[in-house]
Amino acid sequence: MALNIAVCVKRVPAPGAKINVTADEQSVDAAHLGFTTSPHEECAVEAAVQLTEEHGGEVTVLTLGPGEAEEQLRYAASVGAHHFTLIPTDGTAWDPQRTAAALTQAITNSEAAGSPFDLVLFGNESADSGGFQVGVRVAHALGRPMVNGIKGIDVADNGFTARREIDAGFEVYEVPSPAVLGVKEGINLPRYPTMKGRLASKKAVVDTAEIDAAAGGQGKVRLHRPAEQASTTEVLGDSVEAVGAVVDILEELGVLS
Amino acid sequence: MTLLAVLDHDRGKLAEASLETLTSARALAAQMGTDLHAVLLGADAEALAGQAEAGGAAVVHVAQHEVLVDYGPEAWGAAVAELAGSVGALAVTATGTDRGNEVLAQVAARMDLPFVANCTEINTGANDGGAWSLTRTQWGGSLLEDATLDAPVKIVSYGHHAIEAAPADEPGAGEVRTFTPALDGSLARTVVTDRVVLSQGVTLATAPVVVSGGRGVGSEEGFAILDELAAELGGVVGCSRAVTNNGWRPHKDQVGQTGTRIAPEIYIATGISGAIQHWVGAMASKKILAINTDPEANMVSKADYAVIGDLHEIVPAITEEIRRRRG
Repeated sequence: MALNIAVCVKRVPAPGAKINVTADEQSVDAAHLGFTTSPHEECAVEAAVQLTEEHGGEVTVLTLGPGEAEEQLRYAASVGAHHFTLIPTDGTAWDPQRTAAALTQAITNSEAAGSPFDLVLFGNESADSGGFQVGVRVAHALGRPMVNGIKGIDVADNGFTARREIDAGFEVYEVPSPAVLGVKEGINLPRYPTMKGRLASKKAVVDTAEIDAAAGGQGKVRLHRPAEQASTTEVLGDSVEAVGAVVDILEELGVLS
Repeated sequence: MTLLAVLDHDRGKLAEASLETLTSARALAAQMGTDLHAVLLGADAEALAGQAEAGGAAVVHVAQHEVLVDYGPEAWGAAVAELAGSVGALAVTATGTDRGNEVLAQVAARMDLPFVANCTEINTGANDGGAWSLTRTQWGGSLLEDATLDAPVKIVSYGHHAIEAAPADEPGAGEVRTFTPALDGSLARTVVTDRVVLSQGVTLATAPVVVSGGRGVGSEEGFAILDELAAELGGVVGCSRAVTNNGWRPHKDQVGQTGTRIAPEIYIATGISGAIQHWVGAMASKKILAINTDPEANMVSKADYAVIGDLHEIVPAITEEIRRRRG
């Protein structure tokens, strides 16, 4: 059974030790940062590619974002995805309801023009705005089952067996196809692009789908950094000379009992 | 006129995060000037009504339905959405755990309303049905967003560990109301069908001590000394994303925004520089000890205690000193 899989990804800055906000307080200052695919979604692309390698089929990657998000679609091409759709924004962040409505429309259009998706994958949550809901909203709008936080997907008789990590193990879900799943990092270790993949990504055709949707009820006012906890680090010493002081602290905290 | 708080449990055992839910919901209900109602779902839920009452709930709704045998995001979301409508809830809240955010997203999708995840502060304003002002986390807590929420029913989660659970000054009336939601039997499609237990005892999320290693550990084998110290302390070993990406440890050991968020009594971070992706997973630790060769490392400057030096020498020496003192 060949699989037709869609994956929705988001372009996000790749911050290091600190994250700064622009002067207008509306976005992350990315002047000195690179961009990447939100980590859970990078794993979702890998999961989709692995499923189609095993069972046959094709992977369509969709992204909603600025024109530059084409870079993330071409990256997905370099690691084995087949079709690409960019839903362009003006570069401002869309709220979760608006984003979900546009993606739902894009998926519906894509299915009408081609064949229906057996599986639509999202990341568990985006690395930046972290709304924890776009995949759920899209699934509900499409009338499809949705489970988030998935760290294992296998093809089953009538759909998919999905595993979700819990504290001491995992839960198992048996979802019928067509399904929507939210993937978490750790489901796999995404591959790096091969030279052949990089070349293929340059030739990949990126479709543009001009879709807008009504704004939802969540409005951004401003971004700011949390107050730095006035923490002063007590340096216990250099190397092994500090070991006595370390164990004193462990004793004080009662973790040696 | 109610605030509806969704409590989570696993087959009759109340989730630790639900004590946070009751704590934050009491304050939110007081600010709104409304009663606090709690909702519990599923076969084993009724036994938990006493805990919801002790936590300040005036009414405890217990949803029972043949589909609600175990956790299922769609069935839970549909049941809560129905209840929110029937009790005329002005707001619905939960704690932003995997399940809490998932259920509220399902509720919001079904009610076609906005949902604001992982709030740290909420100002309900004039309580006249107008918009709320709130602060929520982005980037796993590295950044805060001031936002507005304009909706007839406000659906919000508080970030997990954003507040500390506290007992109620006095219990609520705790009136138990059992109801059977009109669930479509097809929603059983996302109910848990099985569980596999991999580890007994302490796990990364609950361990009192976490001993973690980063790139500085240098290899898979390098973690042996961390395993030994963790075992001595009754703790578990964690790691940074760099370690997972190198294949030195499985992803389930990863502390961070896309791994596990921990809150141990002490976090011992060795050879970890402390990029924000890691820091947000560790910042709820009560105390942090950083061991690093670089005194300027982000982890060192954010830690409570630091030892500057090579973890490969220091970690075994700590283990040895603990054993010596124990005789």
